[in-house]
Amino acid sequence: MIRFQLELSRLRRLILEMGADVEDNVRDAMKALERHDENLAAIVERRENETDEREVDIEEECLKLLALYQPVAADLRYIVGVLKINEDLERVGDLSQHIAERAMAITRGGEAPGDVDLARMASKVTNMLARSLEAFVDLKPEMAREVRAGDAEVDAIHRQHISILLEAIKARPESADVLLNVMHISRHLERIADHATNIAEDLIYMAEGEIVRHK
Amino acid sequence: MSGVKKEEAMTGVNGSSKTAVMRGSAEGNGMDAEAHVTAERFSVFYHNREAVRQVSLAIPARGVTAIIGPSGCGKSTFLRAINRMNDLVPGCRVSGRLVFDKEDIYGPRIDVVALRRRVGMVFQKPNPFPKTVFDNVAYGPRLCGLTGRAQLEEIVERSLKSAALFDEVKDRLGQNAIGLSGGQQQRLCIARALAVDPEILLMDEPTSALDPRATSRIEDLIAELRGKYTIIIVTHNMQQAARVSDRTAFLYEGNLIEFGPTKQLFTKPRESQTEDYITGRFG
Repeated sequence: MIRFQLELSRLRRLILEMGADVEDNVRDAMKALERHDENLAAIVERRENETDEREVDIEEECLKLLALYQPVAADLRYIVGVLKINEDLERVGDLSQHIAERAMAITRGGEAPGDVDLARMASKVTNMLARSLEAFVDLKPEMAREVRAGDAEVDAIHRQHISILLEAIKARPESADVLLNVMHISRHLERIADHATNIAEDLIYMAEGEIVRHK
Repeated sequence: MSGVKKEEAMTGVNGSSKTAVMRGSAEGNGMDAEAHVTAERFSVFYHNREAVRQVSLAIPARGVTAIIGPSGCGKSTFLRAINRMNDLVPGCRVSGRLVFDKEDIYGPRIDVVALRRRVGMVFQKPNPFPKTVFDNVAYGPRLCGLTGRAQLEEIVERSLKSAALFDEVKDRLGQNAIGLSGGQQQRLCIARALAVDPEILLMDEPTSALDPRATSRIEDLIAELRGKYTIIIVTHNMQQAARVSDRTAFLYEGNLIEFGPTKQLFTKPRESQTEDYITGRFG
C-alpha cells in the first residue's frame, strides 16, 4: 500500500497546484479590473485554459485510483473530496476569466460607480478561497467552518450591490452597459464565495465523514 | 465426537432433546427478539491459545453479516463455533456463551446434529460428494429420514432453484456432480445446505476459489437469500464484504474491534484500528 500512499500524495500535490493557480487567477482578474490591464486579462485567460487541462488530469487520476485501489474509509472520502474540489476550482477558474472579460468591457466603456465596492468584496472572497484551500492543506475542519460562516456576508454585499446598481441604471440608463458588467462581476465574486464554501464543506466531509451541506 | 470442552461444564454432545434447538419464542427483551445469534464474552481456545477473545455481539435475524480481519484473527474459528465445527479440533474449548434462539450452542441440552440442520455451512472450496447432482441435494433430507421420491424431487428442485442452479443442471440431475464447474459446484453446495431448510447459513470464504464471474453469481445469490436466511459470511475480500453484507464485524487478534452497519464501517469507521485495516495500513 506504500504505492497507494505515494499516489495520494501526488494527487494532493496536483490539486494544490491547481488551487494556487486558481487563487492567482482571481487576484489577477481583480487587478486587471482595477488597473484596466489588458495584458493581465490575457494572462488570466491563458491560466484558465491550463486550469481546464489540470481539471481533466486530476479527474482521470481520481478515477484511476478508485478503479485500481478501491479505497475505503478516509482514503475514499479523500478521493471523492478531491473530485469535488477539483470541479469547484475549475468553476472558480471560469469565473475569474469571466471577471477579466467584464473588466475589459468596462475598460472600454467607462468607470465603475464609486459606491459599489468590488475591491472590498473581492478581498473577502479571495480570503475565503485561500482559507478553504488552507483548511484542505492542513485538514482543518474548524477553519473550514469559519469559511462557511463567511458566505452569508458575501451574499449580503452582493444583494446590496444589486440594489445600488438597479438605482444607478434607472438614474443613468445610458451607462447601463457598464453598470450591468459591474453587476455581473459582483455576481461572479458571489459565486466564487459559494465554491469556496463548497470546498470547505468537502473538507469537513473528508476530515469527519459528515455531509454538512444544506445544514 | 466432541473434542470441545466448555470451561464451566462439559457439553453433552449427543443430548437427545431436540427441543433444545427448536426455534425460541420471540418474546423476552427486545434484543433477544431481534438477535438470532448472540455471543456473550465468548472465547474459543486451542489448547492455551485464545483464538477468539471474549467476543460479545448480537447478530440479527435475516440479512447478511460479514466478518472480516487478517489471517489468524479468529474469524473462521468464530464462524465454525456457530455450528460446532470446532468440536473436531483437538484441544479446543470454549468459554462464555454463544446463544442461538435463547439456547447456548455449547449448553448440555444441545443436539449437535439438529443444530447443524438448522445452521448450514458452505466452505471455501466447493466440496460436492462424488454422487449425482440429485443425490448431493437429497443427501440431507434423506439423512433426516425422508424417503418419498416425489417429496425428494420437490425438495431438490426447490433447493436448486433457490441456489440459482436449477436451469443449468435440470437435464443432468443424474450425472456426477464432480463434472460441474467450480462455480456450479459451489452453488450445488449451497443448494445442499438449503435442502434441509436451515435458518442460518454460514459461509467461510465461499468465493475464494472461484473466478470473478462465478464469484459475482454467488454474490447475487447471497443478495437473493438474505431476506429468508440469516447469512454470516467470512471473507478476506473486503470489497466483497462491502458489497454483500448489511453489517460487518472486524476481528483483530481474536478481539472484536468494531461491529456496525457495513456502509458506516467502510466509509466512516469508528475505530482507528478498523480504519488502518480496511485502508491497508496494517494487517
